[in-house]
Amino acid sequence: MEIFQYQFFINALWAALFTSITCGIIGTYIVSNRIVFLSGGITHSSFGGIGVGYYMGVNPIWGAAVFSVLSALGIEFFSKKGQLRHDSVIGIWWSFGMAIGIIFIYLTPGYAPNLMTYLFGSILTVSQGDLLFMGLLTGVIVVFFLLFFRMILFISFDESYARVFGMPVTLIKSLLISLVALTIVVNIKVVGIILLISLLTVPQSIANQFTQVFSRMMFYSVGISLLGVVAGLLFSYNQDVPSGASIIFALIVLFGLTKAGFYLRDKLHPHR
Amino acid sequence: MSEKILELQSVDAGYNGQRVISEANLEVYDHDFIGMIGPNGGGKTTLLKVILGVLKPFRGKLIYHQIYDADHVKRIGYLPQFSMIDRKFPISALEVVMSGLMPHHGLTRKYSREDKQRARQMMKRMGISHLEDKVVGELSGGQMQRVFLGRAIIGSPRLLILDEPNTFVDNQFEGELYEHLRELNQEMAIILVTHDIGTISSYVKTIACVNQQVFYHHSNVITQEQLSAYNCPIQLIAHGDVPHTVLKRHD
Repeated sequence: MEIFQYQFFINALWAALFTSITCGIIGTYIVSNRIVFLSGGITHSSFGGIGVGYYMGVNPIWGAAVFSVLSALGIEFFSKKGQLRHDSVIGIWWSFGMAIGIIFIYLTPGYAPNLMTYLFGSILTVSQGDLLFMGLLTGVIVVFFLLFFRMILFISFDESYARVFGMPVTLIKSLLISLVALTIVVNIKVVGIILLISLLTVPQSIANQFTQVFSRMMFYSVGISLLGVVAGLLFSYNQDVPSGASIIFALIVLFGLTKAGFYLRDKLHPHR
Repeated sequence: MSEKILELQSVDAGYNGQRVISEANLEVYDHDFIGMIGPNGGGKTTLLKVILGVLKPFRGKLIYHQIYDADHVKRIGYLPQFSMIDRKFPISALEVVMSGLMPHHGLTRKYSREDKQRARQMMKRMGISHLEDKVVGELSGGQMQRVFLGRAIIGSPRLLILDEPNTFVDNQFEGELYEHLRELNQEMAIILVTHDIGTISSYVKTIACVNQQVFYHHSNVITQEQLSAYNCPIQLIAHGDVPHTVLKRHD
């Protein structure tokens, strides 16, 4: 195919690989620990950083990085110290970040050119610089999970038990939530703020139908999201529709197909 | 000779500045088998948290005597309340049992072949070898408690703490559990929190009533009068003479 000759397409394929690895691993952690809503909150509040970035004339992604890590740690901090309901705090940060973003973009003179890219993503415009960040984070996440996998599983499954034995629960959890925030930031370019949560939940939900073991769920999720992202990318190229939306569409179709497959199997062989 | 393994000295503890237990004193010796009873909200779980070392007392002291071993590993086994566990979490029974060895390892160490072997042996001892690869969500209440008991004792603790292990389990497992505990009591002290004093009274050696304060009763037989003297209104007992085994008269 001729599109493979284009540099932007090769970049997009690399981005697909990094997206799949980061979202596959981190998404499995998110889904297993039931922090999907928290992750949604972090994703949306990062928009505040994008607005501030625009206003100050720096790369909006840097603003997003600062905002998302701060909101990730801030949500935990405020719900503990402020004795507020955890999900209420998430709701507040979620909308606060969006509001800040809109105010600062409005205050910025002129037209905000790439605004739609940050909201809905555009894997075909991923630059070499973006890829460098994505590759770096992929490396950090892989190494972190290789080193601490047992500990992560142990703490996630039964936090209070880990605390009894003086494990550094708070430290590991803070590092993990920061990795969640950074994963969100580097993948904003790919599918955008509004659609990102699906990359962190849909592949994992598909994988969960095949396996119920954490480690396998991670590997399957990586493979499934790679399949979904590449399929969506080709669909977007062929039909000339936005890539973010077609990636999500491809993943949801995959989810529907596997769900139907398992349903039929259970119907036909009910006693397996 | 019995050796003291831990003690609480006039401990006040609670949450957010509110006291749940006050002036609690308790001494635990090896080979103790303490049944811990008390009304809901009386502070049983709070007391356990203090003993486990996860809740710092407002006042008073928790002293471990024989709990840490030469490698600074806390030799406590703990079986949490059933409701504390996320049953949808993707983890297999073998992994749960093996995770009981985590405290013995460094932060980053992987499980060795030996660890796996130990976990398999533990599952055999619990009679659940066939469940190795099952995820926790597929286990029945009794099977799950066997898995958690396996996790609690795989590190050979000196003190085993069980928080209401008899909820959500079948009668058969309950009987088996108490037999296991009787056997384990040869090697370790046990604190068993329960709301069902009737069934356990023949297994435990002593009783601790927890209702804001801790009243230690040096026998496994307790009378209704004693319970009310301890300010320990247990519902079962308040409703008449159902748990005969407990209410047997003292001579």
